[in-house]
This record gives sequence, structure tokens and C-alpha cells, in this order.
Amino acid sequence: MTITGPVYVLGDNIDTDQIIPAEYLNLVPTIPEEYRRLGSYALAGLPLQSGAPTFVPPGGTTTPYAILVAGKNFGCGSSREHAPIALGAAGAKAVVAESFARIFFRNCVATGELYPVETTERIVDAFRTGDEAVLDLEAATLTHRRTGTVCRLRPLGDAGPVIAAGGLFAYARQTGMIAAPPPESRVVDSGPAAGPDD
Amino acid sequence: MSAPMTMTEKILARAAGKVAVEPGDNVWVRADVLMTHDVCGPGTIGIFKREFGRQARVWDPDKVVLIPDHYIFTRDEKAHRNVDILRDFAGEQAIPHLYDVGTPRYRGVCHIALAEEGHTRPGEVLFGTDSHTCTAGAFNQFATGIGNTDAAFVLGTGKLLLKVPPTMRFVFDGEVPAYILAKDLVLHMIGDIGVDGATYRAIEFAGEAVERLTMEERMTLANMVIEAGGKNGIIACDETTRAYLRTRTRKRFEPVANDPGARFLAERRYDAGALEPTVAKPHSPDKRALARELGDVRLTRAYIGSCTGGKITDFINAARVLQGRRVAVDTFLVPATTEISRGLRSETVDGRPLLEIFQDAGCQISPDASCAACLGGPRDTFGRINGPEVCISTTNRNFPGRMGAKEGQVYLASPYTVAASAVTGRITDPREFLP
Repeated sequence: MTITGPVYVLGDNIDTDQIIPAEYLNLVPTIPEEYRRLGSYALAGLPLQSGAPTFVPPGGTTTPYAILVAGKNFGCGSSREHAPIALGAAGAKAVVAESFARIFFRNCVATGELYPVETTERIVDAFRTGDEAVLDLEAATLTHRRTGTVCRLRPLGDAGPVIAAGGLFAYARQTGMIAAPPPESRVVDSGPAAGPDD
Repeated sequence: MSAPMTMTEKILARAAGKVAVEPGDNVWVRADVLMTHDVCGPGTIGIFKREFGRQARVWDPDKVVLIPDHYIFTRDEKAHRNVDILRDFAGEQAIPHLYDVGTPRYRGVCHIALAEEGHTRPGEVLFGTDSHTCTAGAFNQFATGIGNTDAAFVLGTGKLLLKVPPTMRFVFDGEVPAYILAKDLVLHMIGDIGVDGATYRAIEFAGEAVERLTMEERMTLANMVIEAGGKNGIIACDETTRAYLRTRTRKRFEPVANDPGARFLAERRYDAGALEPTVAKPHSPDKRALARELGDVRLTRAYIGSCTGGKITDFINAARVLQGRRVAVDTFLVPATTEISRGLRSETVDGRPLLEIFQDAGCQISPDASCAACLGGPRDTFGRINGPEVCISTTNRNFPGRMGAKEGQVYLASPYTVAASAVTGRITDPREFLP
């Protein structure tokens, strides 16, 4: 699977308060309208130099950036699942970082919202926000389209198929680990993997 | 004969029904307690119903603990709706442990309420939808924060797949000087290993200095292992632990101790007597400095509260400094729980109730126990930073915007250092104020 699009570049230790500030934690991710609103606030807590582009354009609800490129310890801080959900709800597909905080990584896999992919070396200096990149999950590479620079990534291993299925529960059902949900809880087509089901 | 195990490994082996585990093993672990609150509970319940069905029952109502604490004293309508969702769920599932807002059962900050209500039992496994769930490691419990999806899985099955972490051991030898508190120990340690220094690892606190700490102070240590990326913190069970729990729970528990020869990924030793009052500068808990080096930093406010810095001992320590003095900057005090709130009236320093000392000092004291401004919260939250404030705080995080506005700057420090700094209006070493 490949993900192609512009990248949004961040530094080290981007914590969950920057990804989704606590004032928006009154929103419940399993309520579709609130799921979408969480997306509109993705990275709203990031202090920015004036003139720097925001992750979600002012007044917008989704992001033009498919891939986040970051340094060490991405997603540190709180266990709020709202964090990977906000990034996924905004339309991001993957975070490529030097390392991840444990709970954030696990929440990415459990929700299927985002691919959290680790790099083998520091790459934040090789990209600028807006650069087009190709993330190839099978080959475990991130390629800068203009410069042709290829960054090697650590394989996702068993986490990859879980995210592709749409998270822990979807994967467990798909592979027969758990039974299908009872009919009364089913809702209309929940859409693609990253969807916010009800 | 299996290899010797650490405390964390022994708890996980027991909870997995195995004779032995070792770091790196992926094991299915049985939960003894699942805690959730108003911020993550509604989403967890939403996933539970979606995945297990509208009529599904939780695996064991007696093992589920619901503690609304984050956004309680606000006009925000969604915040109230979220507490309603917890209330409805408790009713529908006959969950006995709901510490409901507006009732005598209301407690406040979940990590302290869990201890006060006897849910932090040695040798057990606690999962919570909050990263500071690790606080309960002070009680020799394996306790870790999880997301909504994992919590929904636990609600339905009582189990979770975990990777057994290796343990880093931090030994504090000697006696803690009178001007040093647990917050100084843990900020010192985080400064050494960094905010990702313990990612995927357990952190054990040990040594004579830790053995002499109260349970409240030990909770401050365990609370902040997540600030180094740790999966859980752990401290041996001793008479201090048992004495705290004696009045809090009647349930039997089985503590664990390290096996002789247990292996640690790393061991660091500190001379507790050599530590100095320590501060974490904006915007990261590992930006360590000594209080005495920061005398030039002018403050606009001070804050004492939260799961790590709003316990009764934290207020007693602050009162030792504030007794007979006036604060020079806005100083906000938020008791973590209702029990602590009552303690402000009943506990004394030099024969005077804490509340009186704080009122005379000019502090603003929240009548309500909750997480309040530790994590910002809705705009009308007590003590929230709504502009370019420079705040010194007993809380646990100082990332950009953590206490509200992104323009704010937060320095983390012990209750002694925060109180001393509130008096002078600049960051101050509390030795200037302590006998």
C-alpha cells in the first residue's frame, strides 16, 4: 500500500495537548458530528511562527497534508485516543517519526486511524511542509518526490494489517478472532477503515 | 525453575496465569480494575456498545470504576452530557463504583480517588483511560494508561494484550533533606533520562529515601513515570502501604517483591541528601534546572493542585511556607478530592487550619475538587491560563498550552518551591523560607 501527498513537518516531543488541546476533549469521538469536529481541531495546540501554514487551514475541517513527518517521541503525554482520531478525522493517513510515545502508538493501531511508522534515522531536516512524498508501507520507504531522497522505515509488522482492517475490533472480526457484532448494534455502512462508525 | 522476576513481571505473570514471563513477552492479562472518567468514558462506552452490542454487559460490574473529575465545574453543556453518559451506563450495567457529581459520593481527581476508595491494591492490575493511571504503582499495583478502544475491549472481555516491559530501577539512598520533596526526586530523574527515557519500560523506585516517604509522596513519584514515557511505575509494598490501605479496603491482596537476582535494564543510584530543589522549565518536564538558578524568572501566577500536586501532604507542605506570609502573585489552590478539601479545614500547621493560612496569605482556593486547570479544560475552568501568564505549578506537565493558552509558560516544581515563589513573585529556592 502506498500513501502519496504533501507532508506536514514537525519537531521532537509533539505531545497530545498540541495534537488536540484539552478544551476539545468534551467531544466524544464515537459521535459522528463530534468526530468531524475533532478533525477540524487537529494540531490546534501547536505554537506556530507567524505565516507558517496550519495543519487544518483556518475555517477548514480537513487537512491537505496526508503524511506527518516528525522527530522523536511523537504523541507523548496523555492517553487520549482523541489524538490519533483528530489527525485521522482531519484526513491524515500516516505519521512518520523517529519514535513514538507508547500509548499514542497503541491508540493508532487500536483505532486504525493512522499508520505510525518509525524511521531508522532523523528525517525532519530532509522535508519541508508541503513537499510531496510517497510512503510505501510494503517497501518501508518514504520518498521525497522532488529530490528523490529515499528514507528507510522500520516495518510495521503485525500492526500493519490491524490498521489496514480499521483497527483492533475490525481486524479481530475479519480474522475470526471474535464473532460478528450483534445485528442491533450495526449501523449503515461505516465506510472506509478510518471511518468513525457510530 | 524459572528465571528470577521483577515486581512488574511477577504481577503480569500472575495476571496472565503463567508461571513466569520475561520482558518482551506478549501476554493476555486479566484486569482487576478498569477505571474511566468523563473525558474518555463516553467514547469508551460508545465503542463498547458498537462492538459488543447495545445489550452487551460489562465483564464484571464490580471491577469497573467510573470517576467523573475532569470537566465538572463548568457551564460547558457537552461536559455535563458526558457525565450523564457515565451515570446512565452505571445505572444500566449496575456498576456500584460511580463517584457521581452532585452526590456525597463525588470524590474528584480519579488517581487520588482510586487510592482513597481502596481500588489501588498491591499485586493487582489496574487499567485506566488516563496516562496518569501509573500513579497507583505507588501501591505495588501494575497500573497503566490505555486508550478508549483498548478500554472498550477490557469492558467486554476483562482482558488486554500487553507486552511485558523491562524494568529500570532508580534507587534513592540516604535521607531526604527537609527542603526536598518527592517532586524534586522525580523531576531530577526525568531530567536525567529525558521525556522518552523510559518508553515501553517499567520504572521502579527504591532505596531508603523512598521507603521513608508517605504514600502521598510515593504517588507523586509513580504519577510522573509517564513524563519519562514509562509504561508503569512500581514501588515495593511495606508497612506504610498496608497502613494506608487498612482503612480503605477490606479486600485481600497479595503484594509482590523482586525475586533475588531479578534483572533490570538499568539501575541508577542517587544520594537523596545531595538533591536540591528542582524545577522543570517550559515547555517540557525534562528541562531541568535548580530553583536557585532561576531567581530572575518573574512569575504572574502560582498553582497548587492535580493528581501529582494537590494531595493533602502537598497542601500541608505549601502551608509550612505560606504560614504568616502573603503571596505576591495570583495563587490558585485546587484540592484533588473532596476528602482533601475537607482536610484543608481539619489539618493544621502550627495549630492553624490550612484553609485559614491560605486565606490569610491571599490565595484563591477552589471550593470544588477536580482536575481544574492542570490540563486547561473549558475556558471557564478555575485557574486556567487564558493569556501570556508565567506560572509555577505543582502539576505534572508543562507542554505548550497544557494549562490553557499556548502563550502561557509553565514551570513545574514542588509545593515548597511553588509556595516560596508565590511569596516572592519570582522562582525561589524554598530553603530561604524553611526553618
